[in-house]
Amino acid sequence: MKPSYELLIIGAGPAGMSAACEAARNGVAVCVIDDQPEPGGQIYRNASRATDKQNQVLGKDYQQGKNLVDDFKSYGGEYYANASVWHVDANNQVGVIKAGKNYFISAKNLVIASGAQERAMPIPGWQLPGVMYAGAGQILFKGSGIVPTGELVLAGTGPLLLLLASQYLHAGVKIKAILDTTPKGRIVKSLDKLFSGVQGYEYLIKGASLLRHIKAAKVPYYKHVEGLCAVGVERVEKVSFASATKAGRKVANISLDVDTLLLHQGIIPNTRLARAAQCETTWDAQQSCWIVATNEYGLCRQNTYVVGDAARVMGAVASRIQGRLCGLHVAQSLTKVDSHSWQVWHKDLLKKLRKENAIRPFLDAVYQPADAYLIPQQDDVIVCRCEEVTLSDIQDAVRLGCQGPNQVKSYTRCGMGPCQGTQCSNTLSHIVAKQSNMPMAQVGELRVRSPLSPITLGQIADL
Amino acid sequence: MFKVLDDNHEFDTQISFDGKDHLVPSNITVAAAALLIGVKSIRETPVTGAKRMPLCMMGVCYECLMKIDGVGNQRSCQTLVRQGMVIERQIGATEVEAEYYEA
Ligand SMILES: Cc1cc2nc3c(=O)[nH]c(=O)nc-3n(C[C@H](O)[C@H](O)[C@H](O)COP(=O)(O)OP(=O)(O)OC[C@H]3O[C@@H](n4cnc5c(N)ncnc54)[C@H](O)[C@@H]3O)c2cc1C
Ligand code: FES
Repeated sequence: MKPSYELLIIGAGPAGMSAACEAARNGVAVCVIDDQPEPGGQIYRNASRATDKQNQVLGKDYQQGKNLVDDFKSYGGEYYANASVWHVDANNQVGVIKAGKNYFISAKNLVIASGAQERAMPIPGWQLPGVMYAGAGQILFKGSGIVPTGELVLAGTGPLLLLLASQYLHAGVKIKAILDTTPKGRIVKSLDKLFSGVQGYEYLIKGASLLRHIKAAKVPYYKHVEGLCAVGVERVEKVSFASATKAGRKVANISLDVDTLLLHQGIIPNTRLARAAQCETTWDAQQSCWIVATNEYGLCRQNTYVVGDAARVMGAVASRIQGRLCGLHVAQSLTKVDSHSWQVWHKDLLKKLRKENAIRPFLDAVYQPADAYLIPQQDDVIVCRCEEVTLSDIQDAVRLGCQGPNQVKSYTRCGMGPCQGTQCSNTLSHIVAKQSNMPMAQVGELRVRSPLSPITLGQIADL
Repeated sequence: MFKVLDDNHEFDTQISFDGKDHLVPSNITVAAAALLIGVKSIRETPVTGAKRMPLCMMGVCYECLMKIDGVGNQRSCQTLVRQGMVIERQIGATEVEAEYYEA
């Protein structure tokens, strides 16, 4: 790695790879850093090495990723795999650790394309062995080619849950039940958003075909699931919940034996790198998460960009388009693109991006998590898994006068463990907001601190 | 409980897991290997000693910390298995505490 680059990109997912290809094509000297062993990001994880069986199960969208990965592999700039960014600051200085060695890089232009992460789902027993995120199930399949056996239950809301169910069925994996936590009446309530989404009708067709596939496979499908609990001592043994029949009658106390429970409440931007770079975030009530304030090219401030799902969840196709727009914008700002080409190309990309984003308001409205899955419903539910801090610990701290999440953190250790709040920060803010009757935007979130991942003093001394 | 999907997968990589030898496919993560072997837990928490398994598999939750080739606090979901790798469950906080500094 060199000490400085014209353009440094963090993340080799659809957004980062597209930005790299577009910028390099226009003569920018680019370096891409990614912590996975292969390029592809979340959706196209391992795409270039997937077996026939994996390709067959994961379908067309996944295979399309291979073209982008292939283009990226010969894009002409530098690329470092297995390299993790542990420091970013407001001056575009980036700390990278690779194979136990540290590098400090100064980026003239910095693009953060670090993608999204699973939203936490703090239900009773979610810390038990046997309970994982649905995204984890998919990563195990894409990356390591392994699938669950035994009693498997999928629970939650959002397109990824249905996609995973359909992929598992294609792979011959048996699903015992799907517990859909989408609240009653959501689709009807969201219909007004559909008008603008008509352009995104392909997504609706895709969604309907996933549901048809699940129905045809006769997987028991419980709707409007409430009161979900993972029950067990040393590992999950049962899942219990209430559901509603077709006629709308509520059925309480359903209990199923389970070996693996996969949870999902949608995905949220992983804004840690962006916040470390001191890019501004705002609370987005519709997506129920913090998003990064950028323009359509992903620009946060001069020479610093955040693109793709790292800024706001937009999906793989939009992430690709925005990545290209961003790469083009960097090239233009370095005067490597003539003004005529810039005008023609960027307008075309903007049009595509807007078309792609048209469906989002509808999806966001339908799959907005129910409050009961954002804030735990029982006192002893663990919020911070690292330090084992419960809902009542946090409520006590607020009652005793802690102002805001950062004070609660000092008082309870919530968010102080190795994950540094990636799993509990939003839940903590929700709890504080509810108890002190303040809007999320005012409550704020846990501050991020370097190092963004644990690193020893020895490794820093190495610099 | 997990299994490999593809019967063609060769179990050609020998790893030691808590003192016992196992053969697993190459190119899988240590966390995936733990699930495939069927271990009951990969670590015990420093606070109450509760047993845990990986949660996110994408490097953000730190639930999968293990001692790998003698080094503690390694994210097993971000580490690929290697021939002869020695993997141990992480009990409580590791002796080699990661040191933090304030930026
Ligand atoms: C678990 C999961 C599974 C998903 N599966 C699907 C799917 O099957 N189909 C679908 O349509 N959408 C899926 N999505 C959504 C999809 O990932 C996104 O829409 C799309 O991949 C976003 O692209 P991106 O380039 O913005 O980010 P990503 O594809 O997430 O790429 C970000 C990259 O940055 C890397 N990175 C992050 N932090 C650092 C760091 N500190 N140092 C170095 N590298 C870093 C990551 O490892 C990753 O490779 C999934 C999302 C998640 C979280
Ligand atoms: S399982 Fe979440 S970091 Fe490894």
